[in-house]
Amino acid sequence: MKKRVELFTVTRNRRINNEYIVLYAKPDGKLPDIAPGEFVEIKVENGPNTFLRRPISIHEVNKDTNEMLLLIQEVGEGTRLLVDLQPGDKLDLIYPLGNSFTVPKHGKMLLVGGGVGVAPLLILGRRLREEGADVNFLLGARNREILMDLTDYKQYGSIGVTTEDGSAGVKGYVTDHPLLKERLKDMDRVFTCGPDAMMRAVASAAKGAGIACEVSLENMMACGFGACLCCVVETKSGNKNTCTEGPIFNIEDLKGW
Amino acid sequence: MTASGTFGFGEEYEDFIDISALGGIVVKGTTLHHREGNPYPRMAETASGMLNAVGLQNKGVDHFVNHIYPRIKHYDTGIFVNVSGSTIEEYVQTAEKLNDLEKIPGIELNISCPNVKEGGMSFGVHCPSAIAVTSAVRDVYKGHLMVKLSPNVTDVTEMARGVEGAGADSISLINTLLGMAINAEKRRPLLSTITGGLSGPCIKPVALRMVWQVYNAVKIPIIGMGGIMNATDAIEFMLAGSTAIQVGTANFIDPTISVKIIEGIKEYMQRHRITDVNSLIGGMLVD
Repeated sequence: MKKRVELFTVTRNRRINNEYIVLYAKPDGKLPDIAPGEFVEIKVENGPNTFLRRPISIHEVNKDTNEMLLLIQEVGEGTRLLVDLQPGDKLDLIYPLGNSFTVPKHGKMLLVGGGVGVAPLLILGRRLREEGADVNFLLGARNREILMDLTDYKQYGSIGVTTEDGSAGVKGYVTDHPLLKERLKDMDRVFTCGPDAMMRAVASAAKGAGIACEVSLENMMACGFGACLCCVVETKSGNKNTCTEGPIFNIEDLKGW
Repeated sequence: MTASGTFGFGEEYEDFIDISALGGIVVKGTTLHHREGNPYPRMAETASGMLNAVGLQNKGVDHFVNHIYPRIKHYDTGIFVNVSGSTIEEYVQTAEKLNDLEKIPGIELNISCPNVKEGGMSFGVHCPSAIAVTSAVRDVYKGHLMVKLSPNVTDVTEMARGVEGAGADSISLINTLLGMAINAEKRRPLLSTITGGLSGPCIKPVALRMVWQVYNAVKIPIIGMGGIMNATDAIEFMLAGSTAIQVGTANFIDPTISVKIIEGIKEYMQRHRITDVNSLIGGMLVD
């Protein structure tokens, strides 16, 4: 899909909890096809400290309303401005960027997300379900207060939840959940997005069980389209750009995973 | 023109702009042999700019000649190759391999990369070395020889005069300023190499000053760069003495900025009733 720079208009700012919001935004023209795992680079206008664009993965697209949904976690100055955007505000995006998750037509799929990493798993879950695969989400959060709203995810598959303090679902990390501890061998493919340590733990479990695993990397980048060479990841065939040859990688291709 | 290391080989920008609309492009730094570059992390955002420590990741000059050049030679624009090396011999051999490429009118000799352990900037901060590498490449290279200077020197005019005397056809400046960034919470550097090259609008006043100084020191054309984000910035560089300008970091934030700058320069000329863009070169009015 051809990459473009486009001005979107915010149509809705849906507050999920104290840290997360979902931004709904639409372009003037028709949204192109978006594949699960692709991301956008958002320009944040705020003086000297938010100089570069912010890479944000695409949470979902709604073809009927022509809206793109972005899950934003308030973590720094740039994202603080984004969570304050209101309907009518403009959003300058470069998109669609990156490669995408594999979407098999059948089999049992385990989608493991932690923190804001749950974002691309919604569009992925929908696409897998549309193709006919069996979708199982495993979503982790620090506690109940910042757990993602599960309503949308429930349309597409079963849901397992972990929280570090046990305030919702199974207490502990995603790797403590029976889906990963006991039922992993029933799965045909694992997809994961979230903090590096979590993805490495999930990847290690999948590898141990001999199950294919795709991870969505979040390496820092300056451009998002293959020009700066800042976001490289070491693979078995040399350095690759996370932005153009990723962000989705099969763990078999990565060095040290 | 677009600056080396910020524009890939042009192909990365084909979705966004017509590459042939540009005056020229300087493609990614090329060395004699394949280089993997520095470990991640290679980038840190700073106030009004960024640090990078890519370390000249490239597949070597043969790969460029055999695989990339055939893909990009149809661009109707001046394609310059940025050439770097660890030894004078490497610079010379790399330049020789680019001699016969019909659509490459010149090279930009990179004696100012701050992100490699050997060579690179060490040639550009020591005047006798800068002269030696420039004249060695001049002896073998037939096309236009642009030499890219480092700002990490006490007197940039000394370097400029040196490379002019050694046969440079033009001078581009500035490369990045050596800088660093620390995460105070973790007490760790933000770059794997600890130090890296600072670019973006934060370096523009330094770059303008150096262009002005070099303009008053040499006769060959200057290609000015350093934090150019829009047409006004570009015109300021011309008024300080640049014959042409390069746009670097701004491409990351707006991949269409290079063509917008060209349009902006035209608009400025119309507004000021200027018919010859060359009249802007060094045109700063001083009482």
